[in-house]
Amino acid sequence: MKRHLVSAADLSRDDALLILDTAEELAQLSGRAVKKLPTLRGRTVVNLFFEDSTRTKTSFEVAEKRLSADVINFSAKGSSVSKGESLKDTALTLQAMGADAVVIRHHASGAPARLAQSDWLHGSVINAGDGTHEHPTQALLDAFTMRRHLNPGAGHDLAGRRVTIVGDVLHSRVARSNVHLLNTLGAQVTFVAPPTLLPIGIENWPCEISYDLDRVLPKTDALMMLRVQRERMNAAFFPTEREYSRRYGMNGLRLAQLPGHAIVMHPGPMVRGMEITAEVADSPRCTAVEQVANGVSVRMAVLYLLLGGATLADAPADAPRTETVEIAQ
Amino acid sequence: MTAHRDSTPQDQAPRPPHQVLDGTDIARVITRIAHEIVERAKGAEDVVLLGIHTRGVHLARRLHGRLAQITGREIPLGTLDITMYRDDLRLKPARALEHTEIPPGGIDGKLVVLVDDVLFSGRTIRAALDALNDIGRPRAVQLAVLVDRGHRELPIRADYVGKNLPTSLREAVQVRLSDSDGVDAVLVGDRDFTAASRSALTEQGAQAAKPTEPHLPE
Repeated sequence: MKRHLVSAADLSRDDALLILDTAEELAQLSGRAVKKLPTLRGRTVVNLFFEDSTRTKTSFEVAEKRLSADVINFSAKGSSVSKGESLKDTALTLQAMGADAVVIRHHASGAPARLAQSDWLHGSVINAGDGTHEHPTQALLDAFTMRRHLNPGAGHDLAGRRVTIVGDVLHSRVARSNVHLLNTLGAQVTFVAPPTLLPIGIENWPCEISYDLDRVLPKTDALMMLRVQRERMNAAFFPTEREYSRRYGMNGLRLAQLPGHAIVMHPGPMVRGMEITAEVADSPRCTAVEQVANGVSVRMAVLYLLLGGATLADAPADAPRTETVEIAQ
Repeated sequence: MTAHRDSTPQDQAPRPPHQVLDGTDIARVITRIAHEIVERAKGAEDVVLLGIHTRGVHLARRLHGRLAQITGREIPLGTLDITMYRDDLRLKPARALEHTEIPPGGIDGKLVVLVDDVLFSGRTIRAALDALNDIGRPRAVQLAVLVDRGHRELPIRADYVGKNLPTSLREAVQVRLSDSDGVDAVLVGDRDFTAASRSALTEQGAQAAKPTEPHLPE
């Protein structure tokens, strides 16, 4: 494993399977009376969220607390960032406070990569979504959910499974991370979206493209619906919402066209009536709620694998602070 | 005389490991421990066997089979991975986790018998006790080991011992079980020799199974 998790493309097949297998073990924990492990005792994890998030932030926080890490929440609203502090100065502050890992969500694509490449911070950097770039832990939890349904078992990958991702690919960091990771795990990815919502250069991605949802449905093992990100839209990408949901929305009739074993996934938040009808969202084949539960296990696995063993901060020359903490223990 | 012997180069070369228990010895030891468990637990009615990864799991499975023959009942059997509770986690890169499986009946109010291959520093058992604490509240916890090699670093002892094996810290104890190593045997040798032969094995890649981890002081 690398020291940081910035992009799903950085993960080799072995890394990805190690994370998924570890998550599978950690998932057992949610059934126990004491849902806590002492593994990250004494490690400090900062959740640095420059952008609104409920699901991801809560999920990371639960994962950190279940591993007994000390959690510091830092959101841009009401902090020195709103007073004009730069990312560098925020990072230097966190380093001075002794952060062993930073979970960062930023509205600018590349902010986590900047943080990981710089020497502002000695700890691990985990990307929790940057702009329209990547969201690797979401891709990992999606792959984890798919593996549980389509090819369960430790060490298994998604070879030959067909995944269809429908909707606003242009603004979706989830789609970008997913296409890299699913490709690494051997799955075939097909994007279905209006041409205006596909990014330039998508022909170089390891995926297929279709504009006809109904034709792709019968050949799909996992269908992933993406939300239309209206907050990032600065132009008219499609004529009306009704037209979008008729051509690219998931409804009961389309659900019947899917093979019997296929699952419908949604990274959330869902907009019912837009990309997915209530009938599909509430059907047992929709895994949106299960994905949230799996998110905690996968994030625990990532945190454990990045922070659980010896880290750079444990080297005596680098961080005398960590050393004193360990002597005190 | 002793001083003279120590200085000869021949004696400083690592000695090859010699076998202290063979397959039939191990089978006999497991039968005896099974009988002891039945005797001490008065029929083993509320016993739960938990094997500690990796070789403790194989031993627990064998013990489970033997107990079924003796008592005529199925004793609950589980596995325990103690990686997340280790006190030396920060000395090495993060390790992959093994499968923890608690029997459906749980461990609350039961007599849990932990099973491991070698009892050495006692740190593995301390981690296992911590893990049990998070899983439930057993009536009592006992420990069964195939080999007790001494050199405890914590106040921990075994209730059922296959063989007491006085060793020096320069020695390494290797347990090989047919489930993972193709053969049943317990070997004692110089740790330098064991380390050398282990790296040779890894280079050859001849052995499909993972080479045994010698129980070295950490």
